[in-house]
Amino acid sequence: MKILKSLMVTAAVSLALMANAAHAENKKIALVVKALGIGFFEAANKGAQEAAKELGDVEVIYTGPTSTTAEGQIEVINSLIAQKVDAIAVSANDTDALVPALKKAMDRGIKVISWDSGVAKEGRMMHLNPSSNALIGNMIIKLAADNLPEGGDVAVLSASATATNQNTWIAEMKKVQGNYKGINVVATVYGDDLADKSYRETQGLIQSYPNLKAIIAPTSVGIVAAAQAVTDAGKIGQINVTGLGLPSEMAGHVKSGASKSFAIWNPIDLGYSATMLSYDLINGAEAKPGAELKMGRMGTVKLDDNNEGAMADPFVYDAKNVEEFAKIF
Amino acid sequence: MAETHLTPRNIPDRLEGRGARLLKSWESLLFVVACLIFLGNSLASPYFLDPWNLSDATFNFTEKAMIAFAMALVIIAGEIDLSVASVIALASTAMGYAVQLGFDTPALVAIGLSVGLLCGAINGLLITGLGLPSIVVTIGTMSLFRGLSFIILGDQAFTGYPDSFSWFGQGYVWWVFSFEFTLFVVLAVVYGVVLHKTNFGRAVYAIGNNQTAALFSGIRVGRIKFILFLLTGLMAGLASICLTSRLGSTRPSIALGWELEVVTMVVLGGVNILGGSGTIPGVVLAALIMGMVTFGFGLLNVPGIVMSIFIGLLLISVIALPILWRRARHRLAH
Repeated sequence: MKILKSLMVTAAVSLALMANAAHAENKKIALVVKALGIGFFEAANKGAQEAAKELGDVEVIYTGPTSTTAEGQIEVINSLIAQKVDAIAVSANDTDALVPALKKAMDRGIKVISWDSGVAKEGRMMHLNPSSNALIGNMIIKLAADNLPEGGDVAVLSASATATNQNTWIAEMKKVQGNYKGINVVATVYGDDLADKSYRETQGLIQSYPNLKAIIAPTSVGIVAAAQAVTDAGKIGQINVTGLGLPSEMAGHVKSGASKSFAIWNPIDLGYSATMLSYDLINGAEAKPGAELKMGRMGTVKLDDNNEGAMADPFVYDAKNVEEFAKIF
Repeated sequence: MAETHLTPRNIPDRLEGRGARLLKSWESLLFVVACLIFLGNSLASPYFLDPWNLSDATFNFTEKAMIAFAMALVIIAGEIDLSVASVIALASTAMGYAVQLGFDTPALVAIGLSVGLLCGAINGLLITGLGLPSIVVTIGTMSLFRGLSFIILGDQAFTGYPDSFSWFGQGYVWWVFSFEFTLFVVLAVVYGVVLHKTNFGRAVYAIGNNQTAALFSGIRVGRIKFILFLLTGLMAGLASICLTSRLGSTRPSIALGWELEVVTMVVLGGVNILGGSGTIPGVVLAALIMGMVTFGFGLLNVPGIVMSIFIGLLLISVIALPILWRRARHRLAH
């Protein structure tokens, strides 16, 4: 009983102290993530704090449930509504289940945006995508072309033949292929996002196309498998593996030279931009189709008919920065 | 004619007076804890003492508490039901499926409750009919029921619930009193009366204390246990209606992990996990405590894991305290 009491008192007192530390006059922007303790989102918080520092009168509340459940996120959102925050920027665990809670937030005058993982249209004012299909399609071929000033043969290792994302990106890539002189896309193979199948398909590519200069794998499973296959075949330096991958999984292959560079969204920029956009909305900017909203150092975002916008080109990781980001995600 | 009047001898049915018993009871300890938490929250956050905020906070526990009432009876009877969260998922999936077929609110409610009852009946039959241990059966049906939802839904979601359906999880009966909170209060009274004032309730305690003795006293143990599992199923169906209505959608991961939160609530409420004792007021207080802790910490943006740690500590201390107390008294007496 005594222990319990003193525990309660300690808890209450320490909480009271924490509450008083907050400044009342600041704009409160809540960055709600899928779950706490995930490197990707910790990095987004870093970006949000950077934005808050730049803006001056903003306090960022970084919060989220313990596990990636919609119910947990709703509890968090309810407590944010109660605190009368000015804006909620959420990466949703469930597209639909958060809608009633977020609608309530908007009814009470809170600005709501989603980022990274979106909320259905009626539950938010706008959604920030990390990038767009066109930007990704352009980026993956640019990464290959940048290291091939003379041009050459490149092949694509995709996920499954029916994967919507990858097919869209490859189609976008082919649209802009003409901008990269001498780059010749010789084949597209499918590794089904399985490590062993992707590995075998890469081996097949290496054998079938002796002049192959680069492999583009717009899938985080494929890019690792391809880099491994190139390494095992002793083709480091001849064939450059690039595409979309995770820094933590690719750091070793960048170090070995199997991959000179690859891309993926930058969570720091994402958290930064989400905070900037929330701030715009608090200050009266309107999120409507065609609107252009400011995102500080990230430029502007233009909203489409669904009030969705793309932040930027995928962020390029190479030998200079991959180690640093490998620690994050 | 000498008449000898035999004055009836008074045997007290309680050794202590009502007041003394109440003071020393588990519930008064919980009440003190609840008051302290309420006080702590009010001091720590300026937003806590706001009727609408408190009303929002009740959604953190009402659905779980509905199940906790029925679960308390099951645990008092010496059994457990770990499938409740999966019943929520299956009932919600069935309702979502019915929406796609064009059914309206009354039908949805009927479907939600029926699926809950059906799941409860399956548990009850396996446990009382085949005599299997409830913990094994309900761990099995926990995977089974949620598995069915996953098969039906995969990574999809059912949406498009009719507007009138949203009242159960988002509607208000009067002022700040939501439908869910009102239901919670009504169910607390109903379960309190059933457990503490009826023969049925007496029988539940009797079974939990000594099943064999209960059987030989003429209590139909199997039948009562079956009814208890029907009740947890029904309550899970009811909770499913409320939660689905509140979320406005169904995913197979709905209410994931709730079975443990419900059991925590029951045990924190002073129900002996081995059966035989416990009260409904205790469970009500435990529900309020858990709800207030979650909401209060949420208001201060304390990370969720700290809340889990706090609830865990609270649980361990409330379980350990009476044992320590008994030991200390024992030592003092000798």
